[in-house]
Amino acid sequence: MKLNTLLTSAALVLGLAAGAAAQDRTKVGFVYVGPVGDGGWTYEHDKGRQAVEGAFGDAVETVFVESVPEGPDAERVMTQMALDGADLIFTTSFGYMDATNNVAAKFPDVKFEHATGYKREHPNVSTYSARFYEGRAIQGHIAGNMTESNIIGYIASFPIPEVIRGINSAYIHASKVNPDVEFKIIWVYTWFDPAKEADAATALIEQGADVILQHTDSTAPQAAAQAAGNVVTFGQASDMGEYAPFPRVSSIIDDWAPYYIARTKAVMDDTWESMDTWDGIGPGMVGIGTISDAVPADVKAEALAMKEALGSGEYHAFTGPLNKQDGSPWLAEGETADDGTLLGMNFYVEGLTGEIPQ
Amino acid sequence: MIVLEKRPQPSKLWAYGTPVLAVLLTMIFGGLLFAALGKNPVDAIRTIFFDPVFGEFAFYYRPQLLVKGAPLVLIAIGLSLGFRAGIWNIGAEGQYIIGALCGAGVALAVYPLEAFWLFPLMIMAGALGGWAWAMIPAFLKVRFGTNEILVSLMLVYVAEQLLASMALGLLRNPDGFGFPGSRNLQQYPSAHNAELIAGTGMHLGVVFALIAVIFAYVLLSRHMLGFQIKLTGAAPRAAKFAGVNPARLILVCLGTSGALAGMAGLFEVAGPAGQVSIDFNVGYGFTAIIVAFLGRLNPIGILLAGGLMALTYIGGEIAQGQLGLPAAAIDLFQGMLLFFLLALDVLTNYRIRLRKGEAA
Repeated sequence: MKLNTLLTSAALVLGLAAGAAAQDRTKVGFVYVGPVGDGGWTYEHDKGRQAVEGAFGDAVETVFVESVPEGPDAERVMTQMALDGADLIFTTSFGYMDATNNVAAKFPDVKFEHATGYKREHPNVSTYSARFYEGRAIQGHIAGNMTESNIIGYIASFPIPEVIRGINSAYIHASKVNPDVEFKIIWVYTWFDPAKEADAATALIEQGADVILQHTDSTAPQAAAQAAGNVVTFGQASDMGEYAPFPRVSSIIDDWAPYYIARTKAVMDDTWESMDTWDGIGPGMVGIGTISDAVPADVKAEALAMKEALGSGEYHAFTGPLNKQDGSPWLAEGETADDGTLLGMNFYVEGLTGEIPQ
Repeated sequence: MIVLEKRPQPSKLWAYGTPVLAVLLTMIFGGLLFAALGKNPVDAIRTIFFDPVFGEFAFYYRPQLLVKGAPLVLIAIGLSLGFRAGIWNIGAEGQYIIGALCGAGVALAVYPLEAFWLFPLMIMAGALGGWAWAMIPAFLKVRFGTNEILVSLMLVYVAEQLLASMALGLLRNPDGFGFPGSRNLQQYPSAHNAELIAGTGMHLGVVFALIAVIFAYVLLSRHMLGFQIKLTGAAPRAAKFAGVNPARLILVCLGTSGALAGMAGLFEVAGPAGQVSIDFNVGYGFTAIIVAFLGRLNPIGILLAGGLMALTYIGGEIAQGQLGLPAAAIDLFQGMLLFFLLALDVLTNYRIRLRKGEAA
């Protein structure tokens, strides 16, 4: 408690002193979990940062620190940014949740934006995420059509709701077009570790998977699939277009730029408020990368139609009838999942094998 | 031509001189690296080495140096005892994890009970957990002659899986909406490893690290066990004749380093980290190996080396944030430090001589 007061007052004094000099420039900080060159998750956040610079030019200054471990190190990096005069700080990994709220308590005048979390303990914390599961539905549809071995490999990162949602959404839509499809899931417990991701991809391919879906950030699984020759992949978080048209046949692209620009603008205009944003294909936060010609034309057309329907809200990726893995009913015919259930999703849908690690 | 001539005895002067020289060389070559990246090298070096201690926000960074340095020193002290005797515990990272799990497990088992004895009990559980994990390679080596380097290293990966399983299952926060990670011990007063004096970064782990340094110093310079450790490292055969029991020494050295690593884990999980999470371990157990060697396996040296390592971490982050240096450049910079240190070691054991052409 004392430390808080001490830091806050010190920060206030310094903030006032520094604020006078840098009044005209809004300083925006970004904390990244991987390197900016990961070609996936962090790469897209950094493109968002560059878009902020592009949109406001000299009116903003952006800073970032990459490869920050989740935990006390993240807290220090955020504190350091706040001390250095950042007005707005984006913390771009789920594991930064507690650290973000701790630091926000000490710097009430700095705005914090935490990606993919759910804690907003202070009025200067917002959360934001994208409905990646909408993209997963399209992926599942294509994957279910493309597989010949009927085995789809899935490289999963951490058993948190966001990842489980993706698995469920992909499975529902793959099994809809191909009831024989089977998902093999490997949990790698990392967001970014090319070596582990490559190992997982190889293991899945050896188990007969001819489609690999990934919820990790590097392009290592793409490279492993390319080496294997006849395995289909999808770009994750970023287009990963260097592996197109094959093995990468499409991708889910996170487009953070519009959100980052809007939130920076809000800070500049002094209209920033704490809120929770969860946008999907409609508002453009989730993009679908070009579906390559390796995908049959009719499948491509269906996928694009699904994208339209998801974007307009006409179709929901979780539409009943759906049962949980144990066979108990979850959604009735035509019923769609509510956001609360989706945000806390900790169960597989019927048909998936294996257990969520506990 | 230049020849290397083995010194009859390692040079005392160079043993102390090489770390300083290594730091200076790292600054020079690191500066060149930063210049090649288009940054002002003087600014970069100043940001890394000077700003955390004397810069504008030193009031925040100085305590952070203690927080970052304490686990490194505590683990490295334990490792150095074994390294001196030629017993290689490479798995401190695993012992650190198990210590944290055991200590946090005690607290979470009795939550929300508030009692004065809880935190001491957690420290004991942490030490015991780390000790037990280190006893696996120790026992296997004593009983079956297995290689402790491999066994202790492999057990790190086992510990990581156990950590993931605990964060997702047994120790998961029941009020956490199904998200992985335990309750936050920072919000559990009896279990919180709080700062002893607010704003100083001085938590009990820092105190234990300092005590460990003093104990190790006394042990190595005054105690029979310290003599046996040094003798075994220098001349294993002579040690045997002198009555050193190698099995006992293996158990003691691995056990001590395991217990210290376990304690470091407990202080971290109950303090700065706050919770058992899947990504709880960030490599202190491995970095401590560097710290132990950077400090010449000498307790005082380790204390200084731990501080230096913490400085490059924190300074490196500031340099990223303020100057836009890539994280990889900071890693390279830290790597240079170890490289120069090991390379310069040659001066401790060898003399450089210029000899005229006869050998040509």
